[in-house]
Amino acid sequence: MDTLAHLTGLSVATLWMLAKVLIVITVLMGLASPLTWVERRGSAMLQDRIGPNRAALFGKWRILGLAHVVADGIKFFFKEDLVPPHATKRLFWLAPMLAFVPAMMGFAVIPIGRSFVAGGHTYHLSLLEPGNGMGMLYPMAIGGIAVYGILVAAWSSNNKWSILGGMRASAQMVSYEIGLSLAILAVFMVVGGYDPHQIIADQGAKGWLIWRQPIGFLVFFTCMFAETNRLPFDFAEGESEIVAGFHTEYGSMKFAIMALAEYFHIITASALITTMYLGGWQIPFLPNASALATVVAFATKVVFLCWVFIWIRWTLPRFRYDQLMFMGWKVMLPLSMANLLLNAYWMRSH
Amino acid sequence: MFKTEEMEINLGPQHPSTHGVLRVKLRLDGETVVKCTPIIGYLHRGVEKICEDKTYFQGQVWTDRMDYVASVSNNLGWAEGVEKLFGITVPRRAHYIRTMLTELNRLSSHLLWLGTHALDIGAMTVFLYAFREREQILDCFEAFCGARLTTTAFRIGGLREDLPPGFIKQVQAFQDRFLDCLDEYETLLTENRIWKKRTVGVALLNADDAIALGVTGPVLRAAGNPYDIRKAFPYAAYAEMQFDVPTRTAGDTYARYQVRLEEMRQSHRIIQQCVDGLPEGPVMAKLPKVLKSEVNEVYHAIEAPKGELGYYFVGEKGSQNPYRMHVRAPSFVNLQALPKMTEGKLLADVIAAIGTLDVVLGEVDR
Repeated sequence: MDTLAHLTGLSVATLWMLAKVLIVITVLMGLASPLTWVERRGSAMLQDRIGPNRAALFGKWRILGLAHVVADGIKFFFKEDLVPPHATKRLFWLAPMLAFVPAMMGFAVIPIGRSFVAGGHTYHLSLLEPGNGMGMLYPMAIGGIAVYGILVAAWSSNNKWSILGGMRASAQMVSYEIGLSLAILAVFMVVGGYDPHQIIADQGAKGWLIWRQPIGFLVFFTCMFAETNRLPFDFAEGESEIVAGFHTEYGSMKFAIMALAEYFHIITASALITTMYLGGWQIPFLPNASALATVVAFATKVVFLCWVFIWIRWTLPRFRYDQLMFMGWKVMLPLSMANLLLNAYWMRSH
Repeated sequence: MFKTEEMEINLGPQHPSTHGVLRVKLRLDGETVVKCTPIIGYLHRGVEKICEDKTYFQGQVWTDRMDYVASVSNNLGWAEGVEKLFGITVPRRAHYIRTMLTELNRLSSHLLWLGTHALDIGAMTVFLYAFREREQILDCFEAFCGARLTTTAFRIGGLREDLPPGFIKQVQAFQDRFLDCLDEYETLLTENRIWKKRTVGVALLNADDAIALGVTGPVLRAAGNPYDIRKAFPYAAYAEMQFDVPTRTAGDTYARYQVRLEEMRQSHRIIQQCVDGLPEGPVMAKLPKVLKSEVNEVYHAIEAPKGELGYYFVGEKGSQNPYRMHVRAPSFVNLQALPKMTEGKLLADVIAAIGTLDVVLGEVDR
């Protein structure tokens, strides 16, 4: 690292930052496309069928349908990029970006492994250094922005189904965010801070928060499903009800970006759940594992949670959107409130 | 400063959940349905009129294309109606085989309903499970008559051919695993909280309204009225079969789901009785070369998977064709209940209501 810094004339910190940005973006990008494959093959597995296996690289290697990931990408690129005449053109173009970027941004604070020391420098395995003052508040704020992608897409499409989808998305967002925030608040309170490094260290010392805050975990987990807009909460899309909802009018690469945003949301949500409740990069019973091992542990947890997302999608029916609002206000809000008060009481009496 | 306005929206004719080319004109206040108007006719082919120009033998082919997921039932109604018109007595073995195939067809129709209904509500996996079993039934049809959907399974007076070798074994193989499959669907849905939330109390239709609207079949039985033509006016071999008519009283989507699932178990029972008690003998009655009717009219109704399927024939003296043929199609009549079920409810409930009515547009429009 020092040699590289000397050669380029950049500081070690800047270089490390660049490396991290590169790695995280590549890994996220690299994970999202195979996730579409896992979704298709995984659902096939759950549904007792074979799944996509026709596309072949150079007409030869089918590699379990993995070539479909490439084929889909190519197909989306070469589709006609259609903007319907009744759409608001600029917003229509902007919306996929608005959906895509926040989905990735949430990942920035999450530590993907133990910090390590090499050559006299301490390297933190998260994009933002610990003690940046934003901590876990940042992904929550970003998560709040994510709905604008859907809203703008819905509104600019100027399509009745899309508007219904947009309406649903906003109603849905309002009703789950409060329960979500209160669930997180309880975590911050117990840990005594909102920096992810601190949350993970605390879980390493006192046990994972999934055991210490099961109610909070349930609320958080459910809200994360609502955040990703997937079954059982895919109202904004609601394919069988409102015909793909907010992205009814989208096609070609713009649609692909919207679809990829969903997978980024899944990855980010899984990473958040891991960090908040599943001990982040900690490995149970191995408090002194090496940095590399912790990265692997983190990845394993995230990938498993991604699979849970897919698994649930293909198992459960869809709620009605008023039922989610009911659940958000009358079940999750009181639950997370009670969780918060209980924790507060417990902390005061100890 | 702010004003709200109602939105008019067309659900269909190209919509993933309208089960064909049904168009429902909805007036929405937010997502609440203010007015619901089903608009039909996109699949009208004039089957009734066409049949006036076909002989009684040819007409049956057109019945396949009405309720195309339950074509065997349609064939049975046609064949028995014509037999009633001419006073033909069908051999007992033919009755048994007809009953067996019709019940298999009821299963395949209900499986398609279960799959698509669950798919509409978002449970995608049930759809593929249901189609897996339906495939096995269609294979049986293929073995019997060479066609999977448009079967034209029966001939007037009986059957064209006896069962092919190995057919009973094939049906038995299906029978042996089907109950387990039903349990599998039930583990995914019956006690599922979300499924219940989406179906209990949704698209209510009480027995009085159902009768006033002419609704029959599982929709009526789920409202508490045990009217089943197989019991009320037995035809084919149903008089000799042991089976129950499942009913529920709630009259909601969940009750209809329970009734249809229970009906599948009863159909399974009937098929087993047909397999076990299949009598020997001929499968075709002695018929004259050409059927020519005296002036005569006949109404014959059977219990199709969707409800009362009635054929009304008016014969013409000396003619080989019916003078007039009319079909009382259960899907068509049941669809009338849609506004009653959905007005004042949410858009998502309209989807559930269309699914639970189990309409096939080929039969609605004919």
